[in-house]
Amino acid sequence: MTELKDKDQQAIIQLKDLSIFYGDNQAVNKINLDFYKNKVTAIIGPSGCGKSTVLRSINRMNDFIDILHTKGEVVYENQNILDKNLDPTRLRRDIGMVFQRPNPFPKSIYNNIIWGPKINGFLKNPDELVEKSLRRAALWDEVKDRLHDSALGLSGGQQQRLCIARTVAMNPSVILMDEPCSALDPKATIRIENLIDELKDDYTILIVTHNMQQAARVSDYTAFLYEGELVEFGETDGLFTNPVEKQTEDYITGRFG
Amino acid sequence: MPNHLQNAISSLEEKLSLLSHNVEKQLKGSIKALKNRDIELAQKVITRDEEIDVMEVEVEEDCLKILALHQPVAIDLRYVTAVLKINNDLERVGDLAVNIAERAIYLSKKSHIEISFDFEEMTTKTMALIKKSLKSLYTRSTELAYEVIHEDEEIDDMNRKMYKRVYEEIKKAPENVKVLVHCLSISRHLERVGDYATNIAEDVIYMIEGKIIRHSAEVYED
Repeated sequence: MTELKDKDQQAIIQLKDLSIFYGDNQAVNKINLDFYKNKVTAIIGPSGCGKSTVLRSINRMNDFIDILHTKGEVVYENQNILDKNLDPTRLRRDIGMVFQRPNPFPKSIYNNIIWGPKINGFLKNPDELVEKSLRRAALWDEVKDRLHDSALGLSGGQQQRLCIARTVAMNPSVILMDEPCSALDPKATIRIENLIDELKDDYTILIVTHNMQQAARVSDYTAFLYEGELVEFGETDGLFTNPVEKQTEDYITGRFG
Repeated sequence: MPNHLQNAISSLEEKLSLLSHNVEKQLKGSIKALKNRDIELAQKVITRDEEIDVMEVEVEEDCLKILALHQPVAIDLRYVTAVLKINNDLERVGDLAVNIAERAIYLSKKSHIEISFDFEEMTTKTMALIKKSLKSLYTRSTELAYEVIHEDEEIDDMNRKMYKRVYEEIKKAPENVKVLVHCLSISRHLERVGDYATNIAEDVIYMIEGKIIRHSAEVYED
C-alpha cells in the first residue's frame, strides 16, 4: 500500500475487515480502508468489483437487499454502524446519498428540499433552507424564479444538482455519490465535478465511479477495488502517476477491466 | 475549462514564474561576482543551483500530474508540454549561471587584465530576452515571442564581436591566453542564454499557434 504524504488526516469512516455476501457469493473480501474528513475519496474498479456494494454499506442502503449479509465493521463516530440496534434512518441524515440517475420527488423544487427536514421534524425556516441548499448546490440562480414548479421539469444536470441540494438540506457530514454523472452530458458533468470541489470544504465525499478520468480529476484519495479486494489505496496524484501495484497500473492504463 | 484543471494550471504558472525569478537572480549574481571579483558571491551562486534543480523537478512533477489526472487536450495540452520544455530550458540557464560563477572564481584569482569586456550590457540584454520570452508565455503573445527570436540576433552578434576581440588580444599578448579563453567562454555562455530565450519563444508560438517553427528558416530571415 502507498505511503501517504499527509499522515495527519483524520478518518471519519473506517472499514474494518469488511466482507459482504450476496447469499453464498462473496462480493467484498475483508476490506480495511479509512475515509478522511473533508476529503474526496474515489472508489474505482471494473464492474462487479464491489465498489457500489461497499458504498451502500456505509449508510445501510444494503438493508433493503434480503439475501445480503455482512461481516466486519463500518465505524462512524466511534460506533459500528452495521449494528442492528442502530437506527439507519438517523444514520442516513448524517450520511447522505446521491444516486446514478437523478431521482427528484414528483413535487415542486421547493418541496423536494424541505421534504426531508420536514418529515424528520427539524424544519425551522423553510425559505432560508431552500435558498441556502440550492445555493450550495450551484442551482439557485437557475431556479429561484420557479421554486414552485415541478422538479421533473428540470434538465438531467439540474435534477442531479437538486438531488445534491436535497442531500445538503439534511446537513449531513458525509455525502455518498454513486456514479453521480453517468447519466449526464459532459457540460453537466463538469458542473457537478466543480461542485464536488466546493462541497468538500464542508462535507466528506465518497464517490464511486467507473470513469477513471473523473476519479483522477475530482478526488484527493483513490481506492482501487478488484474482485472484491482492495488492491491499492493512496493519494490520487500518486496512484495515477506511479501506482504501486501492477494490477492498478494495468487497470488505469486500460490493459484490462 | 473545468475548475480543477484551471487551478492546477494557475499553480503551475506560479511555480514556473518563481523558478524564472530565481534563475534570473542566479545569472545576475554570477555576472556581479565576475565584475567585482567576488569569490564568496560566486560560491553562493554555485550552492544555490541546488534549489533551482529542486524547483525544476517540482514543476516537472506537476506537469506530469496534470497530464495524468486531467488529460488536457488542445491549447491546455500544448500549454503543459510547452511548460515541460521551458522548465528544462530555465534549469539549463541556471547551469550556465553556475558555469559563469566558476569562471568568475578562476578569473578573480588571476591578475586583472586591462581590456574592457562589456559583459554587463550583454547580460542585461540576455536577461531582458529571457524575461520577454516568459512574458510572451504569461500573456499568450506570439508578437512578443517573435520579437525575442529576432532580438537574439543582437546577442549572437555581440558574441561574434567578442570572439574577434579575444582573437586579437591573444595575438597581442599570448601569455594571457588562459584568461582570455575564459572570457570568451563567458560570452559564449551568455549567448547560450539568449538561445534558451529563443527556445522558450518557439515553445510559446507552438503553444498558441500549434506550429512548430524551430526548423523553419523563414522565421529567422531578415
